[in-house]
Amino acid sequence: MLAYIARRIVYVIPIVLSVALVCFLLVHITPGDPLIAVLPADASQELADQMRAAYGFDRPLPVQFGIWLWKAVNGDLGNSIATGRPVLTEVIRAVGNTVMLAIAAAGIGFTLGLFFGLIAGYFRDSWIDKVATSIAIAGVSLPHYWLGMVLVIIFSVQLGWLPAVGAGPGGSTAWSWDWEHIRYLILPAITTSVIPMGIVTRTVRALTGDILGQDFVEALRAKGLRERGVFRHVIKNAAPTAMAVMGLQLGYMLGGSILIETVFSWPGSGLLLNSAIFQRDLPLLQGTILVLALFFVILNLLVDIAQAAIDPRIKRS
Amino acid sequence: MTLERFRAKWIPVRVKKTRQNKNLELRSDSIRTDYALVAPSVELLKPIEDRGGAAQPLLQVSGLTKHFPVRGGLFSPRQTVRAVDDVSFSIAKGETLGIVGESGCGKSTTARLLMHLMTRDSGEILYDGMQAGGALSLRELRRCMQMVFQDSYASLNPRLTIEESIAFGPKVHGMAEAAARALARELLGKVGLRPEVFANRYPHEISGGQRQRVNIARALALSPRLVILDEAVSALDKSVEAQVLNLLADLKREFELTYLFISHDLNVVRYISDRVLVMYLGEVVELGPVDRVWDSPAHPYTRALLAAMPSSDPDRRTEIPPISGDPPNPIDPPAGCRFHTRCPFAEPLCAEATPQLTALDKLGHQAACYMVIPGSGHSHAGAPHQGGKIK
Amino acid sequence: MSAIAEIALQAPRTSKPRGYWTTVGRRLIRDKISMACALILIAIFLSAICAPLLGLSDPYQGSMIRRLRHIGTPGYPLGTDELGRDMLARLIYGGRLSLIVGILPVILAFVIGTSLGLVAGYVGGKVNTAIMRTIDVFYAFPSVLLAIAISGALGGGIVNSIVSLTIVFVPQITRVSESVTTGVRNMDFVEAARASGAGPFTIMRAHMLGNVLGPIFVYATGLISVSMILAAGLSFLGLGTKPPEPEWGLMLNTLRTAIYINPWVAALPGAMIFAVSICFNLLSDGMRSAMDIRN
Repeated sequence: MLAYIARRIVYVIPIVLSVALVCFLLVHITPGDPLIAVLPADASQELADQMRAAYGFDRPLPVQFGIWLWKAVNGDLGNSIATGRPVLTEVIRAVGNTVMLAIAAAGIGFTLGLFFGLIAGYFRDSWIDKVATSIAIAGVSLPHYWLGMVLVIIFSVQLGWLPAVGAGPGGSTAWSWDWEHIRYLILPAITTSVIPMGIVTRTVRALTGDILGQDFVEALRAKGLRERGVFRHVIKNAAPTAMAVMGLQLGYMLGGSILIETVFSWPGSGLLLNSAIFQRDLPLLQGTILVLALFFVILNLLVDIAQAAIDPRIKRS
Repeated sequence: MTLERFRAKWIPVRVKKTRQNKNLELRSDSIRTDYALVAPSVELLKPIEDRGGAAQPLLQVSGLTKHFPVRGGLFSPRQTVRAVDDVSFSIAKGETLGIVGESGCGKSTTARLLMHLMTRDSGEILYDGMQAGGALSLRELRRCMQMVFQDSYASLNPRLTIEESIAFGPKVHGMAEAAARALARELLGKVGLRPEVFANRYPHEISGGQRQRVNIARALALSPRLVILDEAVSALDKSVEAQVLNLLADLKREFELTYLFISHDLNVVRYISDRVLVMYLGEVVELGPVDRVWDSPAHPYTRALLAAMPSSDPDRRTEIPPISGDPPNPIDPPAGCRFHTRCPFAEPLCAEATPQLTALDKLGHQAACYMVIPGSGHSHAGAPHQGGKIK
Repeated sequence: MSAIAEIALQAPRTSKPRGYWTTVGRRLIRDKISMACALILIAIFLSAICAPLLGLSDPYQGSMIRRLRHIGTPGYPLGTDELGRDMLARLIYGGRLSLIVGILPVILAFVIGTSLGLVAGYVGGKVNTAIMRTIDVFYAFPSVLLAIAISGALGGGIVNSIVSLTIVFVPQITRVSESVTTGVRNMDFVEAARASGAGPFTIMRAHMLGNVLGPIFVYATGLISVSMILAAGLSFLGLGTKPPEPEWGLMLNTLRTAIYINPWVAALPGAMIFAVSICFNLLSDGMRSAMDIRN
């Protein structure tokens, strides 16, 4: 088991380096001058050269990568061109909001997904199954940003129950756990939860169906084990794969929230990414993508380890 | 299997004058039936001709070795599975050699090494005195040796009809599409499946025994002289197994084949083989004519195998298992003789070095055990230059 | 010998072979849901292709007086958008771009990914490790993030969207292709084909491709639904199609502020994306069931 963990961690290191490389290169495939955002349009050549040297853009690429990587490891991701504040601070603050959104959405989505998936798997091919599967397919096929808009139309515009945008009254971004603030979380969380719910439902349905069709379940029932006991066995067998899928979905929610955050103006990492792209704020862009990608990689690692911990087949191999 | 085998036949016909048959020779008899001489239309691949002569063994294997590396964990040392270790034997033309052993003893690996589907680590394989890659090209080798696998379903491409599966081999070697299909149908008839019914079926639409017949037909499509049957009947029901074994015997006669028959079922091996080879953990432990090995097994493992076969006589029940212990891990074979950990006759010298195959008589019976090597130092072995006697 | 046989110089006549794909097709046709989805998709495709012939209003011509009319206004069956352009025309013309940007990346990724996976799966060994480890690096990014990052880096526009989405999908299809190929590679009939002396390309063509294409094709069709959503999402963020081109994602973006005035018109483009996406998903599921040869 420990050997497995050690192997996985060692394997992650080249991935992290490659991710860093891709993040670094992304910025450099941008057509146009990286300094466009910083320099005024009529800047003289001297000024441009000075700025270039100051930012280090005049050094060869591998050297730039090395410098950037070294600074990143020490926690310095540069300063945002737009706000002047350190990138890391901005990103951490924004990611906090995204994490909140992701966890809320995960809570809703995974619970519903497990529920629908289990009943669909248990009552295979009955009308319950068909309904649950339809919900799942609809969930997976929905453009989530559109769903967000529709929910806003229904609950904000028509009914006026819930706010449409923002994370706090008056556009404030300070959070506190009271109803005033939670009502801002509801619509974004529901919207974010739909796709993971669909995926979890389909996965759990397939898993449950497979497990229930296996001989050992018949053997358990023949021994006289009651349905509740059989259910526990089903859960134990489905857990590793289901957990892996849920972990992956959580990662997607953390890293890929930009669309929903744009719809709801939720001040998270996605919205930060959005503004970074449109303001061509390259340090911020680089830093945000790096942090989000690393989150994803580490989450995958944790999921793999957890999966190995509970699946005896992997544990003993 | 040559063109002359398919003799033209007189068959009764109702003749339709078509462009193709206007040159037909016709005869009629008193019952107003016309008979036509039908020339065979089935083309066959010419088998590679016999170059070595009758005395040359068809297959000669010496020192065949194959080890597989096992990927250890991050901190554990590299290990190897010694799947096949220094295996030597030969097969004469027209005989059936049976290979017997438990699961994991290296039988299937040996078969794949012989077929050159895997590269061997060391050792020599001579077909009819020629080495593949030398006097005999690998492509020609494929025409000489073919294999029938154990899993009848996995051996057939589920997307191809049976006819297409059989015709694939000849087409690879240059036969035209129509001729290959005709050959496929002819072979289906030979293995007992009516072509009109089976040619256009898919593998999942026929039974296991029928699939195995198809596999045999496919192996014959290239006109081989040696057919390796890797547990070919192991997965079949007993009655079907009997039919397929009889079919194999018929085909062997008709097409002058040589068989290498691999199985774990001792009764089947005895029924079909002329000589038998016993393998244990990648090594040959005994080799000889099947009756000799059955009647006087020399190696303790062979003796235990034969003793383990249950008898149908209720007065001779087996009460004590003839072999004790678990089969060891091929990753970590015991030093010296690999069987010594389970051998009732084991002595300290057995753990030191592997015994070599030694002849027991002039009929080709050999065994790899210190008890039959004169002068080896084993308490049951005879003095040097005398034959060892088994107690 | 009393039976009289009809002479045939060919081998005995056999029953007509049913191709595998014909069987799959026939089973698919019997599946009502898949057929309904196929019909809807054909309708949308046809309307997009034949848009100029349908007698619609000009999708680029707007007038500020007529902006944001409701659904069912005479002359504007689906209302008008924020610049007064006819929604029905915009939606149908928008289908052209949306469908291209959504489907083309999947087609490209299918070709590239299947080939890479076939090679990786068949050859195995170091080649396999090299290809799959490179793929793993891209897998380390969530798809949305990668698509947006590449798109953002390259700049907006249709071509860049297509490139970026292709890059996102190739790793996924390669993974599926490699895994299926490895599974097929280990089956005995491939060994038997090798034993009959066929070379690697012959084996790949005759034996592996047919068995491998099915599952990959099913996966790719499911991927189209994701691709449509992502492509429209890129436009929604402003990274894809640029105005005034009609495209469903872009229309959602520009109509966002209109939800307070005319919510249902604003929601229409998303409904189109949803419809195409769910039809491809259902079709993909139907194909998977039809291809299960043992059923």
